[in-house]
Amino acid sequence: MSEMKNIKNLKEFSTSADRFEGANLLCPGCAHSIIVREVLNATNDDLVLSASTGCLEVCTAVYPYTSWDASWIHIGFENGSTAVAGAEAMYKALKTKGRLKQPDRNPKFVSFAGDGASYDIGFQWISGCMERGHNIMHVVLDNEVYANTGGQRSSSTPIGSSTTTAPSGRKSYGEKKNKKDMVSIMASHHIPYSAQVAPNKWKDMVKKIQYGFSVDGPVFINAVSPCTTEWKFDPKDTMLLTDLATDSLVFPLYEIIDGHELNITYRPKNVVPVEEYLAAQGRFKHLFKDEYKYLITEWQERVDAKWAMLQRREEARV
Amino acid sequence: MANTGWDEFEIGAMLRTFEGSVDNIAGTLQEDRNYTQNSSFSANVSDWRIIKPVFNKDYCIDCQFCWIYCPDISIIARDKKMVGVDMDHCKGCGICVEVCPTNPKSLLMFDEHIDEEVALAGWPTKEGKK
Repeated sequence: MSEMKNIKNLKEFSTSADRFEGANLLCPGCAHSIIVREVLNATNDDLVLSASTGCLEVCTAVYPYTSWDASWIHIGFENGSTAVAGAEAMYKALKTKGRLKQPDRNPKFVSFAGDGASYDIGFQWISGCMERGHNIMHVVLDNEVYANTGGQRSSSTPIGSSTTTAPSGRKSYGEKKNKKDMVSIMASHHIPYSAQVAPNKWKDMVKKIQYGFSVDGPVFINAVSPCTTEWKFDPKDTMLLTDLATDSLVFPLYEIIDGHELNITYRPKNVVPVEEYLAAQGRFKHLFKDEYKYLITEWQERVDAKWAMLQRREEARV
Repeated sequence: MANTGWDEFEIGAMLRTFEGSVDNIAGTLQEDRNYTQNSSFSANVSDWRIIKPVFNKDYCIDCQFCWIYCPDISIIARDKKMVGVDMDHCKGCGICVEVCPTNPKSLLMFDEHIDEEVALAGWPTKEGKK
């Protein structure tokens, strides 16, 4: 077991040598690279990375440039997780056979994917990786839309959001279906660790990532990633949106250990009404018309119910 | 702009490449690492910017919020100190200004054409409590 990086405060953290480079082509103010940096900087070990098709992949590997200073692979939309799982299986096999040239190096295996590649297209592949028990970490950059291809709905898109394939208008309020609860689905695979993180709570995030690296087995991380283009807000407000998402409990931060032990890791001091979170984004603009106001009330009820459920599960330890 | 297709451009439109001068590369290299020519570090996206952050050292408390929340790895931190902004990779999103906790802010956005000296000379003073 390699030594865990000691990160007490932000000043100490800032001495990390970044392994993700600038001049990637992500939009100004994109939260993807903030999340990626926090994940990569959480460890000093070697990394084997993959990215499924999505904003992150197309923007960080534009010929002839790469933004990754670590081994990185891209295959297809669906199989980023299996690519890394294959590398991990090979590493394990060579280690048991004693054929590794540098057996003391302890690489970490991480696959990055957007919500489209995880919730929809790569779902079966990820489920397979989790079930087979590979020692990998799958990080979802959850921006609730297929942002790379122009803003189509994914199964992560929440109710009322206006997308290009579920637009709002005179007859429709946009997306009709609720968001898939991916963290619980993955926890139901009885994996050692699944958690929801947000880039604004960097300490919580680094703690979870480091715990994820330290356990033996598959780890699932769902990270909220506000998208300036599709959520329709000003690039400078990325962190404000993340703050609103965590403080309004739309994205509660919690972890599930071994598929049953749920811990809430962040309790906001002042809970912000969901209305404020919705009002900050252009994709929910139509909800503030009189005929759709009831949807905001429903949102609030849904969020409250989910928060109550999380608290009761935390107490019950089941 | 409204009627142009994907393969048509306005007269006088400029199409940028990634190539450009990356002039302060020495200041931004991590000490013990070697970059290849194919690292996107050697590319330049400063053309994207219409507003730029200006750093005022006098008010900085080295909290490193801008370092952790910068999406473009453009905040240069050395020895737990904030040194400056990497203007070759900054896209001018303005997150660093939003997260800066000092009063007055030690980072502010200015138009791209404004000189740094002019910006620093007209720095706002401390705001009173409202």
